[in-house]
Amino acid sequence: MNLKVSTRQVDGVSIVDCSGRITLGEGSVVLRETVKDLLSKGQKKILLNLGDVNYIDSSGIGELVSAYTTVKNQGGELKLLKLTKKVHDLLQITKLYTVFDVKDDEAAAVKSFR
Amino acid sequence: MAGDRFSYNLDSTLETVDRAEQTASRIASETGFDEDEVMQIAMAVREAAVNAVLHGNAYDPEKKVALEFERTTRDLVITIRDQGKGMDMARIPDPLSPENLLKTSGRGIFLIRSFMDDVEIHPSSTGTEIKLIKHVHGMTEGGKEASQ
Repeated sequence: MNLKVSTRQVDGVSIVDCSGRITLGEGSVVLRETVKDLLSKGQKKILLNLGDVNYIDSSGIGELVSAYTTVKNQGGELKLLKLTKKVHDLLQITKLYTVFDVKDDEAAAVKSFR
Repeated sequence: MAGDRFSYNLDSTLETVDRAEQTASRIASETGFDEDEVMQIAMAVREAAVNAVLHGNAYDPEKKVALEFERTTRDLVITIRDQGKGMDMARIPDPLSPENLLKTSGRGIFLIRSFMDDVEIHPSSTGTEIKLIKHVHGMTEGGKEASQ
């Protein structure tokens, strides 16, 4: 299943609910365009909810890194919420788990933004 | 189950990447690997197919990706071959080094090596061949399930 996203606002934080796969091609493009669109609207507190993302390939990992650095370079923050085991394991072996700020609880995650 | 061989000659497209992954998933599952192993094998094949289509053949419609699965009593061996200029092994980065950690690419070969038991990469001027090997667990040399 390709990536589907929907965005909602909670206390000034843009929560992007993602479901499906973040892979080379459409999935990566959807994520990139979503983050780009939020930044263009000045929304720089972004929480990617990956609770329903069951698969990410190396291109998808690259897209997460790109989103993270793009938001950071614009003075914002991008955090990850609710990783599935597969995504968690991938971030562990690529040593990116310590780079991203990963949260399990949505309310706590929203509060953690400055 | 042992001794089967399946070969595919595929176009240099994104559809090939998906098809290679799906075929790997099906064959790995039929071979008896568990769910995690099936995911790992399918992902390794996907990454190798991405390399072949993008970096090897560069989407050239004249160039093909050869995909082959061979099941022996000991291993599942998957070979992916492109018709590109040959991978430059010296340019494969270490994605875990601090200076590369935030790079947006360069993790494919690393993931392949992480997920498979053995990986052989043979670049040449007529293309790159990558061989992915996953050992079949719980099988004796004769192909029967181990009694323990």
